[in-house]
Amino acid sequence: MALYSEHTGKKPLKYARNTVIIIILLLFALATIFPIYFMIISSLGDPVEAGAMSYTLFPTKISLESYKFFFDYSDYSLRWLLNSLIVASVVTVSNVFFASMAGYAFSKIRFKGRSVLFAILLVAMMIPYQVTQVPLYILIVNIFEIQNTYSALILPGLVTVYNIFLSKQFMSSIPGEILECAKIEGCNQFQVYLRIILPLSKTVLAVMAILTFMESWNTFFWPLLVTNTMDMQTIQVGLKNFRFANTTYFAPMMAGATISALPMFILFFSLQKYFLKGVTVGAVKG
Amino acid sequence: MTQIAKPIKRRKIKGDSGAGYAFIAVALVIFALFTAYPVLSALIISFQKYMPLGSKFIGFDNYIDSLKDPLFWKAIKNTVVYTVLTVPVALFISLGVSLLILPLKKKLQTVFKAIYYLPAVASGVALSVVWLWIFDPMPNGIFNQLLGYFGINNVNWLGATSTSMFSLVLMSWLSSHGTSIIIYLAALLGIDDSYYEAAELDGASFLKKLWYIVIPCLKPTTLFLLVTGVIGSFQVFQNAYLMTGGGPDNATTMVGLLIFNNAFKYFEFGKAAAQSLILALIIGGISLIQFKFLGKDVEY
Repeated sequence: MALYSEHTGKKPLKYARNTVIIIILLLFALATIFPIYFMIISSLGDPVEAGAMSYTLFPTKISLESYKFFFDYSDYSLRWLLNSLIVASVVTVSNVFFASMAGYAFSKIRFKGRSVLFAILLVAMMIPYQVTQVPLYILIVNIFEIQNTYSALILPGLVTVYNIFLSKQFMSSIPGEILECAKIEGCNQFQVYLRIILPLSKTVLAVMAILTFMESWNTFFWPLLVTNTMDMQTIQVGLKNFRFANTTYFAPMMAGATISALPMFILFFSLQKYFLKGVTVGAVKG
Repeated sequence: MTQIAKPIKRRKIKGDSGAGYAFIAVALVIFALFTAYPVLSALIISFQKYMPLGSKFIGFDNYIDSLKDPLFWKAIKNTVVYTVLTVPVALFISLGVSLLILPLKKKLQTVFKAIYYLPAVASGVALSVVWLWIFDPMPNGIFNQLLGYFGINNVNWLGATSTSMFSLVLMSWLSSHGTSIIIYLAALLGIDDSYYEAAELDGASFLKKLWYIVIPCLKPTTLFLLVTGVIGSFQVFQNAYLMTGGGPDNATTMVGLLIFNNAFKYFEFGKAAAQSLILALIIGGISLIQFKFLGKDVEY
């Protein structure tokens, strides 16, 4: 008894229905995956100018020449990947640590002004990023004068309101009795956080870490604004510059795109469970 | 008894307060510096003609100039068109797909969820590179090849005023709907079986169950996806910037891109700040309307 009829006693009918469904879903999957497939397949072609070639959906031969072309384009191609890795890692670690601390305070510690502060954070979450972009740029470039440094890339993302909200939501569901017990046993707040809250929140923190890392790796807008030399750019900005500089080199461009996306694909396939959980953790509970 | 209990209680609250502030300290400093201060600063800049050394207060001029600027209205119109064409279709596709996934075995559900989510992990820049070639105006561009099979002539997808907006919309239709599919599926799985049982006793068909049970039960989810979708769509910047640069003839200039251009191409910070605040007001207004009209009988 559910939305779909179980077709009890009519097994063939059920199989026929499910087959049709799977075929439709596969067709849709094909359309969804196509750009990714096209990107990877094309990146294995030779680095010749686009005019001299036509696109194929099935590769006749596999060459890594285009990857070499991409890395030869700039002395800093590898540096871009390294920069992205550094920025994303620092941002991720600091978000997990500081957002979970704040989440714990907002959910379990009583202090003056708690609800007002949290309400302010919620309101801030609804403000479009266009509002903050200009003053933030002025702050980093003209006031702090840290343009083109790792600090400029990292500082504004150290803790996001969304992550505070996420951990607060989750930690509210941890029963207060456990914490009381720990306090009676002589734990101070920091020990409670370290020994009880963190272990209990492992899953949500893993989700947070992955989503933060992915967002930081993929972010394009902010690094574009605050970097102005090739050695400080992240892979996304580097890829964009490569694209504008080599508009006719089709395969190397695809190789660059693949290089920028590959780490995320690897991450996705190895930690798929957390990615998929991450989607619902913020939406359904919130 | 009371004499002993009181001091202990007081001490606890005091101690907690200190700990509370200590725990949020870093988050609060970062928030104050990189969110709260910029918002207030945006408000101030929007009333100024910004100059690096000593800005000039010019009242509402930035707002008035923006509201008088035909380009601003064109950008708003473009944004609205883009939103209206993309968000409802995305909701429809995600609901349809999640309904199709629902009767499958758990394992198969996960496989499809993963496939549909996959493109979302690739960066916008990487995807834009691919889509530029899919939309290639030459006869061997992917879409043009496809049209060629049907005997339709070359289309200058992103390069012509008549098709550039549609191309961006098409790209959004064909990009990842994984997130909303997963959210819808979770909501579908949360609908209590007893509703269906009761409906079946009344002899309800599949479509009846869909209309009278599924759609109403999914209303909060739909509202959530609608509001976040519209908010996201109104801020859209990256696709327009990377695919068309707003052209041709500003046919794809969205508000997000216009603000970016004003700020970082023409360095008119005051105007950009004013326009961003107008955008914030519009987004806030639309969200309120959506909650009011659609959220009327939503129970949380």
